[in-house]
Amino acid sequence: MSWQLLAIQIFNGLVNGAFFALLSLGLAVIFGMLRIVNFAHGALYMLGAFVAYTLGQKLSLGFWPSVIIAPIIVGVLGMIIERTLIRRLADLAPAYNLLLTFGLTLFIQDGVRLMYGISGAPYAGPSLLAGATNLGFVVFPTYRLFVIVVSLVVCFATWFVIERTRIGAVIRASTENPAITRTFGIDVSRLVTLVFGFGAAMAGLAGVLAAPIYSVDPLMGSELIVTTFAVVVIGGLGSILGSVMTGFAVGVLAAVGAALYPPIANTLIFIFMALVLVLRPQGLFGMPEGTR
Amino acid sequence: MSSRWVGRLLLLAVFCVLPWVIYPPIALDIVAFGLFATAFDIVFGYLGLLSFGHAAFWGTSAYVTANMLQRGHSTPVSIGAGALAALAISVPIGFISIRSVGIYFSMITLAFGQMIDFLCKQLEDWTGGDNGLPGLPQPPLFGVDLSNPRHGYYVLLAMALVGFIIAARTVHSPFGQVMVAIRDNETRAQSVGYAPLRYKLIAFVISATLSGLAGAIFCAGHGVVSLDVVAWTTSGLVVMMTLLGGSGTLLGPAVGATVVLLLRDLLSTHAGAVGVVTGAVFVLTVLFFRRGVVGTILHQWEKRHAAAK
Repeated sequence: MSWQLLAIQIFNGLVNGAFFALLSLGLAVIFGMLRIVNFAHGALYMLGAFVAYTLGQKLSLGFWPSVIIAPIIVGVLGMIIERTLIRRLADLAPAYNLLLTFGLTLFIQDGVRLMYGISGAPYAGPSLLAGATNLGFVVFPTYRLFVIVVSLVVCFATWFVIERTRIGAVIRASTENPAITRTFGIDVSRLVTLVFGFGAAMAGLAGVLAAPIYSVDPLMGSELIVTTFAVVVIGGLGSILGSVMTGFAVGVLAAVGAALYPPIANTLIFIFMALVLVLRPQGLFGMPEGTR
Repeated sequence: MSSRWVGRLLLLAVFCVLPWVIYPPIALDIVAFGLFATAFDIVFGYLGLLSFGHAAFWGTSAYVTANMLQRGHSTPVSIGAGALAALAISVPIGFISIRSVGIYFSMITLAFGQMIDFLCKQLEDWTGGDNGLPGLPQPPLFGVDLSNPRHGYYVLLAMALVGFIIAARTVHSPFGQVMVAIRDNETRAQSVGYAPLRYKLIAFVISATLSGLAGAIFCAGHGVVSLDVVAWTTSGLVVMMTLLGGSGTLLGPAVGATVVLLLRDLLSTHAGAVGVVTGAVFVLTVLFFRRGVVGTILHQWEKRHAAAK
């Protein structure tokens, strides 16, 4: 394999990794705060793409407005789901949340299929980012570079807000000890709703960004979500930094693996996951199990 | 004759008339998925571990059975080979998975399920890839023509009954009592001298093997396998059946399987509606009906019993 080809594969891997990172970031934030594994994350990602498709193509709003509006719509939907459904399971074993969001996934996925049909729809990216950029050593589609940059910026900003600011401290305090946080006059339950909404919006954003690259179809989230779960497990459940780093690493690993020996590409992630689980069960960046 | 035996014979009678009351392939689905859900619930209901990767065992076994049939082996040998294949893969998968609990266990089993799913997509020579393996031979057995859906049903039902009996003996035994003790308080079970990991692994392997038996029956009965059998949606489907029927009640999972399959059959003319309706039913079950059909009946009966005393 030539260096040129390897460089292209690494970039392709970074693009996939950008989506893994955005999705597992949302999952990690929701899990860290609520101890919920949101199975519907893939469905929300798909919904983000469809909302963007409806706004951008059908209502001809164009790419830029829909990249802002679609995640907000998905985020609001996430907040409604949290308030009306997930909240009712607060006192039960976390497995019930997984079951509830699994049911929601079926509902959303087939609901979209009923409305839009089964076939995929093409979605045009912004004309501003059309074409390719010459990076000196490799020529790469501009839009895909844009996706990598947006993902990096959003992931860093989220990490910064949660780990380094006052708001983040309040959120972390609410996770650690909701009762005491409440005595400081902080509305923990509202915070929980907002955090869930934020996680959902991240899934929506990933969906919008994915729309011009992959075709928009009702099942686009269903396989991605399981890979994302593997990313989250490898990185350490609930670890934001772990999810983001692992997301990009897994993307590159799979792409390079695919170039060397194609059949292994998709399985590689799960073999890697099994190894991590045997050698370091809490994940690469996770705290030892004890807070579960 | 005790009331327990009356119940058992009644149940057997229901299974026997099933292919005459409903479309025979659906009756076969009910037997196969009923056993699958019962096997799944050994781990979910009696150990409290939610596996989201049981399709790996059901599906691997179905593919092995299909390949054995294609190579001219008889139906029982092929089905036995399928169940053994499920047993073989469940040992390493179980060994790693049972070291986790709660949501971690679900994630790990899900990932293992997906690993098997990708492998099956990859090994096209063996699985037929996206085309699946249609038109499998259904060799006659003891002079019974298995390609006749009703006759074949009874042979496969007999095999499934063996599975149901093993499942019942597993949970209604001292072994099952220890499983429940571990589920309810692992530390306490360990402190009185039981090794939780050993019990969990054995239960996991029994559950996986019986799931494999169910998958093999499903494959041999329909004479076809497709990639659906290893998809995570199948893992989810069996969870749904179990919870809807009543987890931890032995009879519940099979009842749940029956309800879900009849519902799917009813909606089969509206392609997209299946997921919307079953998804909504599942969400409502999780929210308001966690005991499931059989669990609720048992609960009401016990309440009345307690009031009478």
